[in-house]
Amino acid sequence: MTRLENPSVSIQDLSLNFGAISVLETLNIDVAEGEFIVLLGPSGCGKSTLLNCIAGLLDVSDGRIFIKGKNVTWEEPKDRGIGMVFQSYALYPQMTVEKNLSFGLRVAGIPKDEIARRIARAAEILQIEPLLQRKPSALSGGQRQRVAIGRALVRDVDVFLFDEPLSNLDAKLRAELRVEIKLLHSKLQNTMIYVTHDQIEAMTLADRIAVMKGGVIQQLDAPQTIYNRPVNRFVAGFLGSPAMNFLDGRLEKDDGNWHFAAEDVRIPLATYAFEKEPVPGAAVFGIRPEHVAFNSGSGWPFTATANVVVVEPMGSDTLVWLKLANQNFTVRVTSERTPNNADTVSIGFDPMRASLFDAASGTRL
Amino acid sequence: MADLAVPLPAATGSIGLDASGPRGPKPRHVFSRRNIFLYGTLIVVALYYLLPLYVMVVTSLKGMPEIRLGNIFSPPLEITFEPWVKAWSSACTGLNCDGLSRGFWNSVRITVPSVVLSIAIASVNGYALANWRFKGADTFFVILIVGAFIPYQVMIYPIVIILREIGLYGSLSGLVIVHSIFGMPILTLLFRNYFSSMPEELFRAARVDGAGFWGIYFRIMLPMSLPIFVVAIILQVTGIWNDFLFGVVYTRPDTYPMTVQLNNIVNSVQGVKEYNVNMAATILTGLVPLVVYFISGKLFVRGIAAGAVKG
Repeated sequence: MTRLENPSVSIQDLSLNFGAISVLETLNIDVAEGEFIVLLGPSGCGKSTLLNCIAGLLDVSDGRIFIKGKNVTWEEPKDRGIGMVFQSYALYPQMTVEKNLSFGLRVAGIPKDEIARRIARAAEILQIEPLLQRKPSALSGGQRQRVAIGRALVRDVDVFLFDEPLSNLDAKLRAELRVEIKLLHSKLQNTMIYVTHDQIEAMTLADRIAVMKGGVIQQLDAPQTIYNRPVNRFVAGFLGSPAMNFLDGRLEKDDGNWHFAAEDVRIPLATYAFEKEPVPGAAVFGIRPEHVAFNSGSGWPFTATANVVVVEPMGSDTLVWLKLANQNFTVRVTSERTPNNADTVSIGFDPMRASLFDAASGTRL
Repeated sequence: MADLAVPLPAATGSIGLDASGPRGPKPRHVFSRRNIFLYGTLIVVALYYLLPLYVMVVTSLKGMPEIRLGNIFSPPLEITFEPWVKAWSSACTGLNCDGLSRGFWNSVRITVPSVVLSIAIASVNGYALANWRFKGADTFFVILIVGAFIPYQVMIYPIVIILREIGLYGSLSGLVIVHSIFGMPILTLLFRNYFSSMPEELFRAARVDGAGFWGIYFRIMLPMSLPIFVVAIILQVTGIWNDFLFGVVYTRPDTYPMTVQLNNIVNSVQGVKEYNVNMAATILTGLVPLVVYFISGKLFVRGIAAGAVKG
């Protein structure tokens, strides 16, 4: 992988085993100064474990961790220059908000007036001034998470670590706080490492997303690149809701042109940008439901007719389930154009926007 | 107009449904079968347990002539507190004739340090086991748990020898050490389970904030664990106060705890059996655990429930 110059956080050959179980395997990642990195993956992929390693809450089995150019592999969490925000907020229940914010500073023996100054600043940024004298039990979920962010803020650190901070909130609050975290990042310009399993959070917040699976980073790239050009079938299927359509079939070449064939369906691949010179064989064709045009006539490199199986109205738009080459295929249409069940409809798309994967290895072709 | 004559359905009932049937909460009868069985059982059981206490209180307030009449259930004709005074200050055990008071103060001197010492050590043990997964923690825990299942009687004689060798045999401090050690397995288990049930992220947050082993224990964990401390105090106070075996084995007559002294008063073979004094002495001895339960019953239940949730 490519190495950055003067990275804010640098993970080198990091491995972690619990007994015989390997959780992280020779993992490498560089985070640039002021960058917002999101670690995204299904539960059990090792993303929280990686964050805990960076925080120093877990001892690593092998490898090194640098923060701000300093090797912190053996340092205590407090000496690493990090602030951390937890999913369950982890506020000290017996302390007021103010005491919660100041706890770390009091432990570190920072003078009183300096503590007061930092709390005032954090409270102002997060708009929690009226709550300072309350106990956490008297706060709502959103307020608690704001206090938890404040606790990281007052530490005046270089790197913020977020461990699924919004997962305990309801959908509306989650959307609000997501925007606030984004604003906070643009205001503070700190390095932030953010763990989530929510792809919307990842897409909206990240400068770069690291998609993880089984303790290995599958793809590390800008959100749009990951969305449009996933490196393998796992990344393609994990991002996007509704999920990408996958058709099983074969890659074939006749008359010098490449085709993707599944039963009676033949998709010409003239506009598709191959990663490397293709070879004929079993392959998976993937295209996102929103990249398929619906009843829009000819003019597309590929058109077909299909029968509607199920219609799923989702408010702003509707998901239409079809049968294409005897496989499930979904199309996203605006709600005004919702067809009825058993209608025969025509669809069209440009393979330029599709992704082709090797059937066996799942890597992008 | 003709259609006005058609009867309208009742405002609240739908057409075709019986509008006069049951509505609202189902009525409950005080003397339903269920209530009679429930309260009947409770009353019978309560009587069964309270009757001996009643007999004891009544007997302790009677003079000996009245007791000899044999009506143990009848209330005293002449109430006298003399047996209580005698039991407390002048009942004889062997050569000593200063009553239970000496045993009471011995028991206090045994119970208070044992409770404080055992809980202080066990809470730190439990905290370390639950939160700081040090090397060998699991082995240590297994050994402790096994310790909880070994019958005390097996270890009595070896401990006698150990105490004799270190010169603490027969002293109060020797007994305090014995009580603290034997309280350790169950208390450590209790505290470990309680601390394990606390969110782990709290502990992690405190570590990121820079607090160390003792900092987290005193500033984060302790203020959150009042219920479990109350449970531990009750378990230890009642357990140590009621202990007879260790008291009789590891102390000398002048340092006997209250329970041993009670036994010696009640079981003395010479002279007349003074039932009223014996009853008063027994109630006096049982008073401390009883008071502890009454005062802290609610907290006790809450703590037991909190500690029991997670293994």
